[in-house]
Amino acid sequence: MFSVTGLNGASSNGSIKVKDAGLTGMITLRGDLKSPVIAKVIKIVTGTNIPDQRQCVSTSKGATAWMSPDELLVMVDYESVDATIAKMEKSLLGVHSLIVNVSDARAVFELTGGSIRDVISKGSPADMSSKILPVGEVRRTRIAQLAVAFWFTSDTTARLVCFRSVAGYVMDWLENASEKGSEVGFH
Amino acid sequence: MLNLKCPNCEITADETDLHCDGQAHIERFGTGASDDDLETYLFMRHNPKGVHFERWRHVFGCGKWFNVARCTVTLEVFGTYSAQSLVPPKSLINKIKKKRPEWEGFVK
Ligand SMILES: [Zn+2]
Repeated sequence: MFSVTGLNGASSNGSIKVKDAGLTGMITLRGDLKSPVIAKVIKIVTGTNIPDQRQCVSTSKGATAWMSPDELLVMVDYESVDATIAKMEKSLLGVHSLIVNVSDARAVFELTGGSIRDVISKGSPADMSSKILPVGEVRRTRIAQLAVAFWFTSDTTARLVCFRSVAGYVMDWLENASEKGSEVGFH
Repeated sequence: MLNLKCPNCEITADETDLHCDGQAHIERFGTGASDDDLETYLFMRHNPKGVHFERWRHVFGCGKWFNVARCTVTLEVFGTYSAQSLVPPKSLINKIKKKRPEWEGFVK
């Protein structure tokens, strides 16, 4: 099967670099995050522990992000999603949980640059200071009128996820907000 | 502008990240309820000038519901607490009473 991302490889190069992060395997898991069975499954599929509140943890195998008190976002290779889900479903048989493949329902951006916090601040009410949003913490909020989630993977790199249907809009928004000459220099 | 701390993800969110859904602790009556009970459940709401208990949802954030106690005049937020509460927590009631001695107390 031939798959493309909602962004179809789009990128822009302004005060920050905005890039289609490419096909990303994303699985929503809902359930009791204190359950040792779920912890075991997460360990098997991504190699991580259950992240603490609002954290995103990763290994070379995958990443797990805390989305709400009963929801995780499991990130693995796009090609291995089906196999991962099969594994999870088998291990969680009889355990109250929900596992959904959302890989093609989302768009993922890779942001690079020193002023990511300033750029996002132009359209999001989230407190973007590094004290409130340190590297590795997930923030679910809005950009313009759209739901997004993002987290810093280093001081100068971040990942941003939105719904696929609005990927083009978010791309345009980020490109506009990072236009050269519009730097804010706050954060 | 209100900033409310969501007790589910413990983020202090801006009002525009949230959605208000009116009065909290509304009692739903079961089968066999009278027309008056149904009317009260559907339509009758407090409209206080002062302390108010509301349901809010962290709609752009973790997506979860929570309850808020705030003042409708000054917008002072007294506290937020779990939506899984039939009545506001005692500690919160005491805190509000201390701040607003004239308040008549929580009324369902
Ligand atoms: Zn929340």
